[in-house]
Amino acid sequence: MGNVTSNGIGPDDSGAVQAVLSRHKHDASRLMQILREVQEGLTWLSPAVLTAIANGLKLPRARVEGVAGFYHFFHTESLGRYRVLWSDNITDRMAGNADLMARMCKKLWLKPGDVSEDGLVSVGTTSCTGMCDQGPALLVNYRPITRMTADRVDKIVDLIRKKVPLEEWPSEYFLVEDNIRRKDALLDNGLAPGDALRALKSPQEMVDTIKASGLRGRGGAGFSTGQKWEFCRAAVGTGANAAHYVVCNADEGEPGTFKDRVLLNSYADLVFEGMTVAGYVIGAKKGLVYLRGEYRFLLDKLNAVLEARRAAKLLGQSILGQTGFDFDIEIHLGAGAYVCGEETALLESLEGKRGVPRKRPPFPVSSGYLGQPTAVNNVETLASAALIAAKGAAWYKAIGTAKSSGTKILSISGDCQRPGIYEYPYGVTVAQVLADCGARDTQACQIAGASGLCVAPGEFGRKIAFEDIPTGGSFMVFDNSRDMFQVARNFVHFFVDESCGFCTPCRVGTTLLKNVMDKISDGHGGEYDINDAWRIIRTLKTASHCGLGQTAGNCVADTLQKFRPSYELRLNVRDFEPAFDLDSALSKMREVTGRDDPGAHFHIAHRKSKSGVGAKGGDAS
Amino acid sequence: MSNESFFLDEEEIPFAEGQTIIQAALSAGKYIPHLCYHPEFKPHGSCKLCTVRIDSRTITTEDGQTVKIPGRAAASCTTPAQAGQHVESETDELRDLRRTLVQMLLVEGNHYCPSCEKSGKCMLQGLAYDLGVMDPHFPQYFSKREVDASHADILLDFNRCILCELCVRASAEMDKKNVFSLSGRGNTKHLICNSESGMLGDTNLAATDKAANVCPVGVILHKRHGFEVPYGQRRFDKAPISDNAVQYAPVKEQV
Amino acid sequence: MNASAPPPKRKLLVATTSLAGCFGCHMSFLDIDERILDLVELVDFDRSPITDIKHCSPNCDLGIIEGGVCNAENVHVLHEFRKNCKILIAMGACAINGGLPAQRNSLDIRDILAAVYAQPGRGVHIPNDPEIPLLLNEVHPLHEVVKIDYFLPGCPPSGDAIWKFLTDLLAGRTPTLGHGLIHYD
Repeated sequence: MGNVTSNGIGPDDSGAVQAVLSRHKHDASRLMQILREVQEGLTWLSPAVLTAIANGLKLPRARVEGVAGFYHFFHTESLGRYRVLWSDNITDRMAGNADLMARMCKKLWLKPGDVSEDGLVSVGTTSCTGMCDQGPALLVNYRPITRMTADRVDKIVDLIRKKVPLEEWPSEYFLVEDNIRRKDALLDNGLAPGDALRALKSPQEMVDTIKASGLRGRGGAGFSTGQKWEFCRAAVGTGANAAHYVVCNADEGEPGTFKDRVLLNSYADLVFEGMTVAGYVIGAKKGLVYLRGEYRFLLDKLNAVLEARRAAKLLGQSILGQTGFDFDIEIHLGAGAYVCGEETALLESLEGKRGVPRKRPPFPVSSGYLGQPTAVNNVETLASAALIAAKGAAWYKAIGTAKSSGTKILSISGDCQRPGIYEYPYGVTVAQVLADCGARDTQACQIAGASGLCVAPGEFGRKIAFEDIPTGGSFMVFDNSRDMFQVARNFVHFFVDESCGFCTPCRVGTTLLKNVMDKISDGHGGEYDINDAWRIIRTLKTASHCGLGQTAGNCVADTLQKFRPSYELRLNVRDFEPAFDLDSALSKMREVTGRDDPGAHFHIAHRKSKSGVGAKGGDAS
Repeated sequence: MSNESFFLDEEEIPFAEGQTIIQAALSAGKYIPHLCYHPEFKPHGSCKLCTVRIDSRTITTEDGQTVKIPGRAAASCTTPAQAGQHVESETDELRDLRRTLVQMLLVEGNHYCPSCEKSGKCMLQGLAYDLGVMDPHFPQYFSKREVDASHADILLDFNRCILCELCVRASAEMDKKNVFSLSGRGNTKHLICNSESGMLGDTNLAATDKAANVCPVGVILHKRHGFEVPYGQRRFDKAPISDNAVQYAPVKEQV
Repeated sequence: MNASAPPPKRKLLVATTSLAGCFGCHMSFLDIDERILDLVELVDFDRSPITDIKHCSPNCDLGIIEGGVCNAENVHVLHEFRKNCKILIAMGACAINGGLPAQRNSLDIRDILAAVYAQPGRGVHIPNDPEIPLLLNEVHPLHEVVKIDYFLPGCPPSGDAIWKFLTDLLAGRTPTLGHGLIHYD
């Protein structure tokens, strides 16, 4: 273990750390922002820097180290002046990211995950960065680059080798397009900033309006927004710092989703206005946006929108000149953790802790941010709430279906001619969506992300609605050329990377399921392994602490039922195959003894030696 | 004190306001398997061994068949007891689930009981015996983990850590020292010590601290005190872990 | 199994072996003491250190294996047992999770051999005679190499545990041990 003796902290580093600490008033609840800002200055968080931060915040050092160690985008070892992270969603894979990354690594003389010997660069992968409509994508020092090609790889390698600062790279590399393909009530709202606020009635009337509109949470769970606000409004804050809070969940991490990116890029006013409406209703003075670390590139623009709103009296003290209507918004950045999309993990993260989902009860509406009543809402929900405030409940309720009022924004990616953002009234069929985006020969859609539902052609008549297929908006299309087993395997790997590790079933079960999928992928799987997969999926679903673990096996369960041949064609004819490759288990001994005689190998014959060849089926467990 | 009750495997269990299902059950002498729950601490809910089903229903279908609709599954240590609810614990499904969870822990770490000082009084081992776990079933991780012998009185063997966080909680809440914490996440989650070197010897842990005496498995060991009780006379040689469940009943002052 | 037929009087054929183990489980087997006389009424021993028969007959009923899998020969023996035995039993800690031999898994086998076979001033000479089975990169429990039907834990399992386990099995019952007999050490 390295760094037993401290490598010391230089005066420059110390100054940088102190400046960040002062800017945040030595407030321990701001640890996440402090770590990010220090790292942006120093490129990594050395043991001495962590000690300095802990001392400055009067926190146990191990707690600071534990937070730094939790998030993918914080590093406690140097990962180079340029850190390249390829987005590794299945849509990036389909667009060829693996070959491109291999090309980049080869040109940089690097293995994935390693840092170059001169400490210049490291190349690795990260979970979906929300650029599925313009992939393959990557992050360089947490700034997104889209539409990667071999040519672009070569040019970027050149820029890195020449140590060109990121600010001087061609600006078109960093271009992120909205790709809005279909607008409906929300995206074609015709509102000006402040319209919703000017239409506000009393808080109770607004609760009634939101309830009457039938608005339900757009993150996927579908809880009634009006009810949530009503509970939160009724809850009483505790202690000397009693307060209510509005939190906007912009930790859009579900693979295949990118609608919040577009809403925040082009409809930020509407989102902030929705937060302000929520603040007015529940009696909050402060709103927090939890923006996923992958969307760091939006931060300056969003802060500018906030400034403009303050200048226009739409934010701050006495909003619209109304005494006592005080509300302001601050943006917090995440640091690469899908689990923080779970609202209680998000609150932990906002408080500067490891993003581990809380125990419930209590629920955030009564005990949320800093233990105070908190309304946590999705970006799209808040924008929709602003729309309802401006245009009325009846108008909104008339859109969509009886049980799902309003519209849903879908993020469409994968095998279609026109990937991008599509807004539909609830009730649209999968078939209609596929026709609109120009999908052909579709064999499956993964709706609602890695944790969602895999829909086969026989189900394309089903509807996007809470009563049929609920979704946060991810809609990935797979044509007949795709291998649905590998789609599921990609998702299983995603959950291994993103499990927080709190509970046994998810921490261990996701890895065990990955091992089963990898074994099958390598051609060593049998019926025994399929039975194991089911057993792991049952355990995940029944016993996991939060939705991440409970749904982590869905992709395997769905594809095992609907695309079983994609598994079976890989299975060995025998029901049991060793857990590891026998012949390669002798590799080290062959190396050190120089032996290569028949006795130094297990020949393929052993795999066929057991009786009962061809026997399939039957529970082997 | 209490006049409300719920049903655990059809047996009526009284509970006091604010008690969780496991707390009430253990106080009433009914054992529910657990590892991260500890009578002196607030429930944690991470090991999931205490998972129960709540309010399963039996319905009769149109063709006269009775079908059981399973109730929701929840960790009984963190779920508040509610009057009249029906809780299932000793069912085939839940016993199988618990065996699977124990097997997951057994393959995640390196649990070699014959060479472990904690053998015979290890909660993971005792629970595995009680559940009839005969094998780890899944492929072993064979994780490469360290041993930290830097402290004068305490040895840390991370190979056996089940991440129950009892030492973390004890050090923070009882000892007020914050000697232990967690870093990493998912399958890289691991215990860390509160020092820049990362070594236990550079922390202010004392052998008398609660944190040094709360580990349910063989991670936090007292030097010079191994294998003191002969085989056959150790805790789980004498009685199964599920015996005398009230020994796990919550003590009044939980931190 | 045909439930209506009366149990045949045929004795069951049992094979045993020790792979990467210490023979402690076999020693413990002998701790069933005089009950072995009852046992031989029910079973015949095929390949076993007790009989010194070198290979399994093709129609063994029970294969009882002590020890984990640490080298190529272990794999071949285990395959022979799986091929010839209807029921395979992993006996003891090493067979079940690799046990003490698996504690080398935290080290790289190349480093271990380099340390063991280093001769002062004469470099490292790791034996490479084809007669010597190669070691696997890691030691594995039996069920990672072949399908195992039953597990009998203990280091070693006591004579009483072995007796209970075998009498259950021979009577056609799924073996259970219960408190006092189930042990991992």
